[in-house]
Amino acid sequence: MELLERVPGGTLVPQEISSPVVDGGERAARRALRGQIERLERELSDAFVTAFSMGGLDQAAGHPRQQARLLDLGELEHVRDDLVERLSCARAWISKRADEQAASRLALEQMLLEPGKHRFERVSCSDLGQPGCGAWEVRPRLGLIGMLMGWWQVKLSSGCPLAGGRGLAPRPAHS
Amino acid sequence: MTEELDLRAAPGFVDEEVGAELPGLRLDWMTMPRGPRSSPTALVRRLGALSNRYRGASVVAMRTQPIPHAYRTFFRQIGLDPDVDRIPSEQAAVSRLLYGGFRSHGALEDALLVALIETGVPVWALDADLVDPGGLGIRTTVDGDVLGSGEQAHGVPPGRLVVADARCIHAMLFGQVAPGHGAGPRARRVAVFSVGVEGVPAIHVEEALWVCAEALRTG
Repeated sequence: MELLERVPGGTLVPQEISSPVVDGGERAARRALRGQIERLERELSDAFVTAFSMGGLDQAAGHPRQQARLLDLGELEHVRDDLVERLSCARAWISKRADEQAASRLALEQMLLEPGKHRFERVSCSDLGQPGCGAWEVRPRLGLIGMLMGWWQVKLSSGCPLAGGRGLAPRPAHS
Repeated sequence: MTEELDLRAAPGFVDEEVGAELPGLRLDWMTMPRGPRSSPTALVRRLGALSNRYRGASVVAMRTQPIPHAYRTFFRQIGLDPDVDRIPSEQAAVSRLLYGGFRSHGALEDALLVALIETGVPVWALDADLVDPGGLGIRTTVDGDVLGSGEQAHGVPPGRLVVADARCIHAMLFGQVAPGHGAGPRARRVAVFSVGVEGVPAIHVEEALWVCAEALRTG
């Protein structure tokens, strides 16, 4: 803000105003924004942890490396808005993933209730939000005989073998 | 009989404007002998024991704990993205997961790491001979400021938060230490400093220095 001041010569010159009211107001606004950033960061961290068991949030494209500095009001607003957007995306993703998992659990219940109506259907543990790489699948009991007789069951696969297998253990050296 | 430490952590200055904008920001520092170059066996063993504290799930949940949360928030408030420039405790935890354990890099580096892991508060070391006896503190840069001293010094844009004393700027806050100002192998004494932010109890900030000094002395 500028103020025109009349100097003795009669010329008008601009004078910088440093009003304590304006400074105090801006400082209060910055403090409020920092409080919002603190709360949003906490909520984003909670969302990050919640999402981890569902497969994890995509890492947002990071900003280029910066140096620490005092942010002005506009920059703090930008940080706040960025966090709001990230949190909103994270919550939408968690909600979508939770709906998918609920649908998978429902499908598994139906498979367990009436396996004959869900032949060869498959629900993986990751779809259910469970750890491991096993899968629930409707399979015929006793193979071909079960298929002909209509004997269906739900089986949980044991998941992946050990990565690379156990391999050949080195033989102990004989003395 | 072990020799008692006679070390005192001194509170550093925080520029008035910076303190008003970022309440809770503090810097504590102390000087101490540099100690041996390579880590004693006990210190290496201690690092190994600390490695076992970390599990993948605990590292993921780390950011919800009070002290890492305080540093993450502070990073955002000073224009750093903690997902790009990780806070020191998360950086240590990620390194632990990547390499399967904390690696020893020398006595001083290991002592700094032990202090960080034990308290969550980062500690840095400078060559004490280059630090003004008046003490370290945090301020913002102005036009013409340079990082470091001598031929290796280079300019810093105004408005940056730095760790400085009355003579020169020693490091960017949570960033690069000035070339030649770190506690190199030729330093006889080191000035260690820790930085606390709002949400980190003051006792943790001082404790970090004590843990560092104790680890350096006894392993």
